Amino acid sequence: MECVFGMVGKGFALVVADSSAVNSILVHKSNEDKIMVLDSHKLMGASGEAGDRAQFTEYVQKNVSLYHYRNGIPLTTKAAANFMRGELATALRKNPYMVNIVLAGYDKETGPSLYFIDYIATLHKVDKAAFGYGSYFALSMMDRHYHPDMTVDEAIKLADQCIEEIRSRLVVAPQNFIIKIVDQDGAREHSWRRTTKD
Amino acid sequence: MSIFEYNGSALVAMVGKNCFAILSDRRLGVQLQTIATDFQCIFKIHDKLFLGLSGLGSDAQTLHQWLVFRHKLYQLREERDMRPETFASLVSAMLYEKRFGRYFCQPVIAGLGEDDKPFICTMDSIGAKCGSV
Repeated sequence: MECVFGMVGKGFALVVADSSAVNSILVHKSNEDKIMVLDSHKLMGASGEAGDRAQFTEYVQKNVSLYHYRNGIPLTTKAAANFMRGELATALRKNPYMVNIVLAGYDKETGPSLYFIDYIATLHKVDKAAFGYGSYFALSMMDRHYHPDMTVDEAIKLADQCIEEIRSRLVVAPQNFIIKIVDQDGAREHSWRRTTKD
Repeated sequence: MSIFEYNGSALVAMVGKNCFAILSDRRLGVQLQTIATDFQCIFKIHDKLFLGLSGLGSDAQTLHQWLVFRHKLYQLREERDMRPETFASLVSAMLYEKRFGRYFCQPVIAGLGEDDKPFICTMDSIGAKCGSV
């Protein structure tokens, strides 16, 4: 029922996630932030087992900060993605993290990038990615309407179209969504799409 | 549904006169859903040696990283590139190490050996070689 999706535009990358925390038939909260800001220019949208999600995203965030403190320079998005993949792969045959990740980042040299990281540690650099039941709708909408070098307004419009499809076609659709964006000015929250107040 | 078919991949290699060809599809899927159409399954180990890894994408990436690591160490110690036959034995040994907790990959190795003689070899997920001595 959780869904995360993202796309790359002209000089920015976008990550959208639902914000429901659910246990069986009960919605505990509908303003859960599932997009972790790793550092000034990285966003990590995560979906999956709630405890694993919180634990793994915090672990990655702290390690990304540690690298920055130790070495004086931040990790590139590609390096952070490979670090995450390594951690997931190591844990896979012991105590797997059931977390799917969409990593978005902006690097001065290479511009915006988006990485798809499965819970079984499959890593791939992509232009658009989605996880969860919502992915069936989000990926289809993005396949139809996405084109390279979209502006922020076009990308937000496409994200809204994806959210609209999820809301109308998914039987237990999440109530609220959060949108975060990363560009040369940094990673920040963009907006919320609410149907219920918290 | 088999774990080997989770991401979906297909690999072929063939020898010719003083040459070989190795081919793969580029699809990355999650069962029936296609994630990407530019996934890389064939990796260059050195100028005359290529490794194709089919099966689970995650294990293919892990194995590729391990094998590049082992080959770089070999290059530092031996001051030369590994012969394809040697590399095939290395892959086979690494796979058998995980005999009871296997990598879900089936490799295809293709390279030019001594005197540029083409060599190809495949093996199952626990390192049983076919197509080579």
